Amino acid sequence: MSTFWSIWVSVVVLGTIYGCWWILWATRKSQTTDSETERTTGHSFDGIEEYDNPLPKWWFYLFVSTVIFSLAYLALYPGLGNFKGLLGWTQYNQWEREVELADAKYGELYAQFGNTPIVELARNEDALQMGQRLFANNCAVCHGSAGRGSVGFPNLTDDDWLYGGDPDSIVHSITKGREGVMPAKGLMPNMTATQVDQVVNYVLGYSGRARDADAAEKGAAVFAQACAACHGADGTGMQAMGAPNLTDDIWLYGSTYERIEETVLYGRHNKMPAQEDRLSADQIHILAAYVYSLSNN
Amino acid sequence: MRHDIVEKNIGLMSVLVVLVISTAFLGEILPLFFHKGVNEPIAGLEPLTPLELEGRDIYIREGCHVCHTQQIRPFRAETERYGHYSVAGEFVYEHPFLWGSKRTGPDLARVGGRYSDAWQRMHLYDPRSVVPESNMPAFPWLFENKVNHKHTRAKLKALQTLGVPYTDEQIEGGAAEVEGQFEIDALVAYLQQLGTVLPTKR
Repeated sequence: MSTFWSIWVSVVVLGTIYGCWWILWATRKSQTTDSETERTTGHSFDGIEEYDNPLPKWWFYLFVSTVIFSLAYLALYPGLGNFKGLLGWTQYNQWEREVELADAKYGELYAQFGNTPIVELARNEDALQMGQRLFANNCAVCHGSAGRGSVGFPNLTDDDWLYGGDPDSIVHSITKGREGVMPAKGLMPNMTATQVDQVVNYVLGYSGRARDADAAEKGAAVFAQACAACHGADGTGMQAMGAPNLTDDIWLYGSTYERIEETVLYGRHNKMPAQEDRLSADQIHILAAYVYSLSNN
Repeated sequence: MRHDIVEKNIGLMSVLVVLVISTAFLGEILPLFFHKGVNEPIAGLEPLTPLELEGRDIYIREGCHVCHTQQIRPFRAETERYGHYSVAGEFVYEHPFLWGSKRTGPDLARVGGRYSDAWQRMHLYDPRSVVPESNMPAFPWLFENKVNHKHTRAKLKALQTLGVPYTDEQIEGGAAEVEGQFEIDALVAYLQQLGTVLPTKR
């Protein structure tokens, strides 16, 4: 703040306090006595008059104390332009101290959990409770409060993993995020409507639900050309690319003919945002243990 | 006491009343107009793109700011949940700001990039489909309505007048950029940039 505005603020603030003080004393002077009188203010309307009694003492001193309080407050806290206040308080260092206190309180626990291997940590009740809270705050919005996911957001409790369910893969998924893209019609941009029907039937066939056995049979060739590069020749997927296993009857986008047809026709694009900027490494470690525990305990 | 002078001169009393009720403004608000800390954008802050700007107006139209604040206070409990506390320099191009005053839903000051576009769309179409315990209303019409581009140019122009550094090309091309887009695209574009400029997220 420039010197001018600093002085401006100080003058306005102190001027206001002085004004309150002045009005308090100036109006008090008119009181000739502290006790009640029969004197009136002299106004009379329709025969109604008003006594001119002094303010009760306790009330008057209450006003005085607010003035004293404000001056003490301005001495201790920043309020007069560039004057920082005797306590040196700022919103920023109040927050910093709060964080320091929390770090001192939880730091040891975080460090201890952070140094425990995830597989072991997933059996530690305290760590799991902590992980559950972190999960509720940061992950549940997409994956559900019980981790069961919803359409488009993977279920974390079923031990079916797009990118791998070992501790390192989970930590990587949380830290760096994941982005999975399935192009429309896979690697066959010119797939015809008949071929789409065939390949959908073929994929449904993996879980024994093909609508049209004949089409499903013909779909094998389409699948080999359009889908096998990512989903594997046997349809079991490829975790390096996040290509789902199609044979386990677990469906991220729905299992009906229509939903699978939609996936083939328009492709899918899914993204898990990276959390490395938002959570500390220890927090991610604990979260990973919690997620690991969902399908391994 | 000479109360009479004030009480019997309505003009004088008006002047004194205005003076008294404006002291808070003079002492607390006016100096901020000239304060660098609140006038200078943080490094990397860009004006909203026309699409984001239209999204912001949809945000206001649908009353999002009534239930969602956009201001993270400097308390640990808030920074743990929402990220780095808000700083004044982030809001220099906001006219008006959307800090809000009541949180029925969570704060959105740093919601940008927190969830995927797909999540935002599903959540706005039917909040219960992704967050079963949510009490947020659904906004399905955003998926049917196209952005109204008639006033985009005027809006950009008005913001330029207020000191937002839009170039004249941006103002001229603004309407074309949003024409034909669905409202949901504008709103998601707006949400996905919220609070992303500050480099430290925690």
